[in-house]
Amino acid sequence: MTETRCKDQVILDLWHPLAALSEVPAGVVVGTILLEERLSLASDGTGKVAVWRSRRDLPVDGPVDITAVEGTLPVKLAYGYVWTSLGNPPADIFPIPEYAEADRRKLNAATFGVNVSAPRAIENFLDMGHFPYVHTDILGAEPHTEVKEYDVEISVDRDEILATRCRFFQPMASTTSDGGADVDYIYRVPHPYCSVLYKSSPMDETRLDVIAVFLQPVDQEHVRAHMLLCVLDEDNEDKVIKRFQQTIFGQDKPILENQFPKRLPLDPRAETPIRADKSAIAYRRWLSQKGVTYGVIPAAT
Amino acid sequence: MITLYDYELSGNCYKLRLLMGMLGIEWKTVPVDFYPGREHKSDWFLKINPLGQLPVIDDDGLILRDAQAILVYLASKYDASGSWYPRDNPALLGEISQWLAFADGITGTASAARLHDALFYDFDVEAARAGAHRLFRILDEHLWFGEQEGRSWICSAAQPTIADIACFPYIMLSEEGGIPRQDYPAIRRWCDRVKRIKGFSVMSGVFPAGPAKAA
Repeated sequence: MTETRCKDQVILDLWHPLAALSEVPAGVVVGTILLEERLSLASDGTGKVAVWRSRRDLPVDGPVDITAVEGTLPVKLAYGYVWTSLGNPPADIFPIPEYAEADRRKLNAATFGVNVSAPRAIENFLDMGHFPYVHTDILGAEPHTEVKEYDVEISVDRDEILATRCRFFQPMASTTSDGGADVDYIYRVPHPYCSVLYKSSPMDETRLDVIAVFLQPVDQEHVRAHMLLCVLDEDNEDKVIKRFQQTIFGQDKPILENQFPKRLPLDPRAETPIRADKSAIAYRRWLSQKGVTYGVIPAAT
Repeated sequence: MITLYDYELSGNCYKLRLLMGMLGIEWKTVPVDFYPGREHKSDWFLKINPLGQLPVIDDDGLILRDAQAILVYLASKYDASGSWYPRDNPALLGEISQWLAFADGITGTASAARLHDALFYDFDVEAARAGAHRLFRILDEHLWFGEQEGRSWICSAAQPTIADIACFPYIMLSEEGGIPRQDYPAIRRWCDRVKRIKGFSVMSGVFPAGPAKAA
């Protein structure tokens, strides 16, 4: 067994995203970092991908025949991304059933490097309170600043956090919006470093757009943030849909990078939550219950 | 109408959006998927700009590249007040050109560090950060001495010039490249003054300033 830098077995055993499959060139070694380990990956161009610990004989940007690579790590292709694990991963990645719906636009909005711990980034993703101040005139606007009462549960059988009945006034909820509207949100946290949100589709009031953030922990205080869009939009080019989401994420970035302390404190007394932070409180408790130590400041025992 | 080939997260594109907003010019945006799509290296874009760089404008058939060059053009053509690029003041034009070149240096350092950290460009990030700090130190001292002489802007003029616009974006975005600005108080005060210019607009990563304190 190879010695790993990360000693958190819960995190080691997870599936972690490395790259959007559409952005991995065929037959060429791509380098990345996961949990402080240098990894390499390559695709054969027909949907097969290999991931391995980086080695000198297979340099980044060099050619590779993936069938000849020995000692590869587990690989899963899900939601348009390449996933791997440095431990003993579960058989399946958490489900996003909407991804199978044929009429959705499925895109990697971008993969951005962010100077933040993965749990801090998840918490920000769950927070509606910042919409009017950080995403002014897009996801919120004064005076519509109130985060109305919503429900949060930790689902035991699915082992995930679910926040429902969230509702927020948004001037421009998506590329298909034609004006301000009250938008319904559902948040899921099915993985310590991944979250999936569902929001009202301006195109079809019976369906929800899906936006997910999959965080690749580079180390305890840096991530590569992969943003999946799985939305209903018949009008706009891919790049317009991506641009909208990148604009939002670019607004969050300085907020994320200025969080202090960088690792998420799990002690309930460490930071003072308000009612709107209900989902964040559940998230911190869930991480504590799982025994996660990587990217957090564990509660004193 | 002006067409701007634009990427939202580009500080160089933001320079043009900023000045056009301040001058009250209307424009049309053609989004370019700079990242992750690398559309600025695509065949259709290379026909517009063989350098494969953003931004580019098309003003009624006149195609121009290079943020600094376009600032010169826009101010010369559309600024009725003549204050952003005063064509009748040779000394000031010299100063402006000097600081436009300096702005290119900021792009080569502070912006490079940001591209390394956020978009995984293979640059020597330590060299880029050191280079940015060297330029920020020079600009901070220049602005500090200017303040002592009652000057608010980079050049020796009572009004802001395109030099201020050219230097502003990648200074404001420097923290995304791991370049903090706490050691540059005169730069921070100048950034707030730029944010209070009439017609100022933000981009992702740049927040508006609060109202100035009454003097």
